[in-house]
Amino acid sequence: MRWLSAFAPQVIVPDSAAVECADAELIAAVLNGEAASFEMLVRKYQPRVFATARRYARRESEVEDIVQEVFLKAFQKLRSFRGDAPFEHWLMRLTVRTCYDFLRAHRRNREISFTDVSEQESDWLERFVADPSSASERTAAARDLVQRVLAELSPAARLVITLLEIEDRSVKEVAALTGWSVPVVKIRAFRARGEMRKWLEKLAREKYL
Amino acid sequence: MNVAELQKKLLAAARANPPSDAVPYAFEKRILARLGARPAEDSLAIWNRTLWQAVAPCVAVMLLLGVWTFLAQGNDSSGDTLAAELEDSLYAPSDNQTEIW
Repeated sequence: MRWLSAFAPQVIVPDSAAVECADAELIAAVLNGEAASFEMLVRKYQPRVFATARRYARRESEVEDIVQEVFLKAFQKLRSFRGDAPFEHWLMRLTVRTCYDFLRAHRRNREISFTDVSEQESDWLERFVADPSSASERTAAARDLVQRVLAELSPAARLVITLLEIEDRSVKEVAALTGWSVPVVKIRAFRARGEMRKWLEKLAREKYL
Repeated sequence: MNVAELQKKLLAAARANPPSDAVPYAFEKRILARLGARPAEDSLAIWNRTLWQAVAPCVAVMLLLGVWTFLAQGNDSSGDTLAAELEDSLYAPSDNQTEIW
């Protein structure tokens, strides 16, 4: 049966150098005035940009606006891309900074209260209080509750918690993505954890006092 | 309620439920359409906008300097002395020459 494998379709996995070469060619074409080449770059990277934007915006219309803003900025600033690092890194820096601008522009003034928490989220909290191990983190209620708490944080706190704690990035990576220095990232991370704990304590007080 | 444990659990929940990377149909076309609709900026327009933006700060600096100069003149009583000293310094060489002759 081994001879059958000769007819099986071969899956060619492109290595990173080939991908970068392709990106460099596309970027050069865009800079030479072939705007259509930009479509290929958009098609290639839009899933990652959408996934990142969905971490910071809940409504789909807001997510689409962020992604559109990212690619319009990328097109405008393409000449500033020096090619020292992969294009994807450059684009992700642009994405994170655009998301941060979005958070700052849409800062909420209303504070969360326990009455805002849905029945499922309340049940999840009840289960957690009764036995922390019984409250699974893989439920929609847990996901919604963490989104609710993250939405209450300041823009910088939300960004740093998302990048460090949720996306598991290193402090250096966060510094490169945000443009902040390493000490600033550390200070903001410390404050952000405190801010999140404060919101959770407030929720706990409202429910159990 | 153990708040630290709850915080860990909620962050684990966020890690366990990554957001979708789904893309709306033909989204790249929308981007290209927006790019096509954007008028190309010429350098003159950029200069024009920058210069107009610089007008307000320049006027503010001019007014501040004007007020400062005005106040400094009003407070400074040694204005005449300074002028006299300047005159003396300027004519000092010719005065010395007359004395020699």
